[in-house]
Amino acid sequence: MSDRGVASGRGEDLSVANRQNGSGKGVTASFPILTRTDFSKSTFLIEIEHPVMAKAAKPGQFVIVMLHDLGERIPLTIADFDREKGTITLVVQAVGKSTREMQLLCRPGREIYAMLGPLGIPSDISSKTKKVICVGGGLGIAPIYPQARAFKEAGAHVIGVLGFRSSNLMFWEEKFRAICDDFIICTDDGSAGIHGLVTQGIEAAIRENPDVDEVVAIGPPVMMRACTETTRPYGIKTMVSLNPIMVDGTGMCGGCRVKVGDAIKFACVDGPDFDGHQVDFDDLFTRLQRYRPEEAAAMKRYSDSCRRLALAPDAAPIEGGK
Amino acid sequence: MARKTIRSIPQQRADMPVQEPEIRARNFDEVALGFDLENALLECERCLMCPQPACIEGCPVKIDIPGFISKMLEKDFRGAYEHMTDATQLPAVCGRVCPQEDQCEGVCAVGAGTGLEPVAIGRLERFLGDMAIKEGWQKSAQIEPNRFRVAIVGSGPAGMACAADLAKAGCAVTIYEAFHVPGGVLRYGIPEFRLPKSVVDAEIANLKALGVDIQCNTLVGRLFTIDQMLDDMGYDAVFIGVGAGTPHFMDIPGENLNGVLSANELLTRCNLMHAGDFPKFDTPLGLGKRVAVIGSGNTAMDAMRVSLRLGAEQVHCIYRRSEIECPARKEELHHAQEEGIEFHWLTNPVEILGDANNNVRGIRCVQMELGEPDNSGRRRPVAVEGSEFDFEADTVVYAIGTSPNPILGQTSSIGLNKWGYIDTDDDLSTSLAGVYAGGDIVTGAATVIKAMGAGRKAADSIRRYLGLRDTNVIYEPETSDFENSLFGIDLAEHCFTRIRQI
Repeated sequence: MSDRGVASGRGEDLSVANRQNGSGKGVTASFPILTRTDFSKSTFLIEIEHPVMAKAAKPGQFVIVMLHDLGERIPLTIADFDREKGTITLVVQAVGKSTREMQLLCRPGREIYAMLGPLGIPSDISSKTKKVICVGGGLGIAPIYPQARAFKEAGAHVIGVLGFRSSNLMFWEEKFRAICDDFIICTDDGSAGIHGLVTQGIEAAIRENPDVDEVVAIGPPVMMRACTETTRPYGIKTMVSLNPIMVDGTGMCGGCRVKVGDAIKFACVDGPDFDGHQVDFDDLFTRLQRYRPEEAAAMKRYSDSCRRLALAPDAAPIEGGK
Repeated sequence: MARKTIRSIPQQRADMPVQEPEIRARNFDEVALGFDLENALLECERCLMCPQPACIEGCPVKIDIPGFISKMLEKDFRGAYEHMTDATQLPAVCGRVCPQEDQCEGVCAVGAGTGLEPVAIGRLERFLGDMAIKEGWQKSAQIEPNRFRVAIVGSGPAGMACAADLAKAGCAVTIYEAFHVPGGVLRYGIPEFRLPKSVVDAEIANLKALGVDIQCNTLVGRLFTIDQMLDDMGYDAVFIGVGAGTPHFMDIPGENLNGVLSANELLTRCNLMHAGDFPKFDTPLGLGKRVAVIGSGNTAMDAMRVSLRLGAEQVHCIYRRSEIECPARKEELHHAQEEGIEFHWLTNPVEILGDANNNVRGIRCVQMELGEPDNSGRRRPVAVEGSEFDFEADTVVYAIGTSPNPILGQTSSIGLNKWGYIDTDDDLSTSLAGVYAGGDIVTGAATVIKAMGAGRKAADSIRRYLGLRDTNVIYEPETSDFENSLFGIDLAEHCFTRIRQI
């Protein structure tokens, strides 16, 4: 039996044990997946039932997820929440072992072993912000949505700037159009909207709207840095959502420390949102490289075991292992 | 029985086997193997049964030490265990990790100025605790439920002790824990070779057997606030035992390099996430071959000994004071030295040096000398001018203490003191009515037993706050039946009665 089979089996047993110990009144005993949508070959959305968290979550916060009891704790931004349905939504990009495994295992009817949240300080949605540009790129497109919505609800004029690699990878366009006053799409290959990066979209938006008070950018660190450099000459306040390596997510290990201005901050309790013009991005890039060799090794090992499973269909425990 | 004297008792401590240093430095099995029955009884003989025992006063939870030892001498081990656990919730844990030399054993008459070693109280406590786990003993208390619901924030030693006392008092107790498994520092902090996780599991099972509900994956302050617990969620009282937990860094150049981490991170990755078993477990550790740990408290000792066991070729301790001021337990320091950890006393880092890839390659240190005593009475270390030197290392671990976690302060109106710890009065009551706090989040980093003691004290205060009767009194069943009364206590009073099972 593969490790993965063992892992998912044990995960389920423990969830059952949690439910029993929770004696029915448990607020956080289990984390069932209700729906799943695939946006592309590597990006997918899962909606997880957690009424208490759906009630508590605010834009800008994140969760720490552990897929099974052999798994690692990974931070994921809360892409959306539905207080009435009692669900929170995560958008995952399969980039390494754990997220690839999530792509395989996270299906409706299954459960996640552990999910802690909402974590971090909610984004500052100030009613003083009259005009805001909300920028999302790559992984950041989903989590910028609740922020844009919150700005809209607070009465701001919201300009959405979204960057995709190509038009066939686009998602949530209607959702954004419904809450944005202006909406700019940028694609790397020019298959939709502006041919180029989100920074060009930001430039365009600022030209049109010189009275913008704030830019909020979420996406890969390289993109967020580019956004801060774009707005710096204009002196427009620019908030970014940092994504350093995390373990506990509660402020007790300092694995996620980042340099902001002259101070050391823990992104999990002091952030994850910071003033982009103060953030030391070089420091963040360096520290994100910390476990590259281990990540590559884990990924290779996982890919190899997947290939073995594909060769021996009888041994595949994934779909039938309910 | 003739009165025992210093001369008549066995002069030497009974033998407790320990794994050989060369072997144990490469495995995670427990270092100290514990007394066997014969040696436990031999050690019991060494107790003088003082009429006014200092050891009880030395114990933060006031275990009746001669009481349980005399029951052991009668070979009534079950009775000894029951007697001991009237005062302590976690004997198998505390027997292992308490700094007994500063507590019960430090004041034992046998060791006081006689040249003999004190009675090995911790080892005897551990012996009974282990025996209870092995035999599956549970306290035979019958719990009469009352109508009160109490929430405990944090499942470490303080929370566990408080939960157990309140469950015995009949309250419906729920513990909220942020991690995916309960136990707090016993789980993520203290390594397997000092405290096997099977012992922690057993203690948590005992807690569940008392009816305590443990909810993991819940970060109080973020998922819901303390105020919501009292209002919407309807808890009658709340105990906060979340520990200190936020690690200090020194704010010297190079701290952002890869290979610099806190001892908390190292220990959490290793103990909680099993990074030592990567890639079977998914969490990586990335430990180098030459590890330098800054600080020399118990956390530093744990971090160093874990590093050694995870395959570091050399482990160094860097401490700015001298060995005399070393805050770790003597036994831990001794074990670490035996295992081959090198200590560099009177040495202080001033900069962490990196290579072209931003990985750690060394530490720039200065020599220190001890100057005048400071406010704490310890001599203040002062840098020797011109004594800078570079020290080679590829991993740097900070174990220089912790400060309070900011989350509860950020999310509630609870009163904090100027250092950010929760402010309490002598009853451990906070500025919010019905909310009590204890352990490291009140006192700063201390010991497991002190946290337990605080948990029990808070449980006492909560019982008083809720108007519950003293649950430490065991009421004998009455022979005759009174209408509307239970053991002579009016049922109209929302009181608790614990009945000795006959």
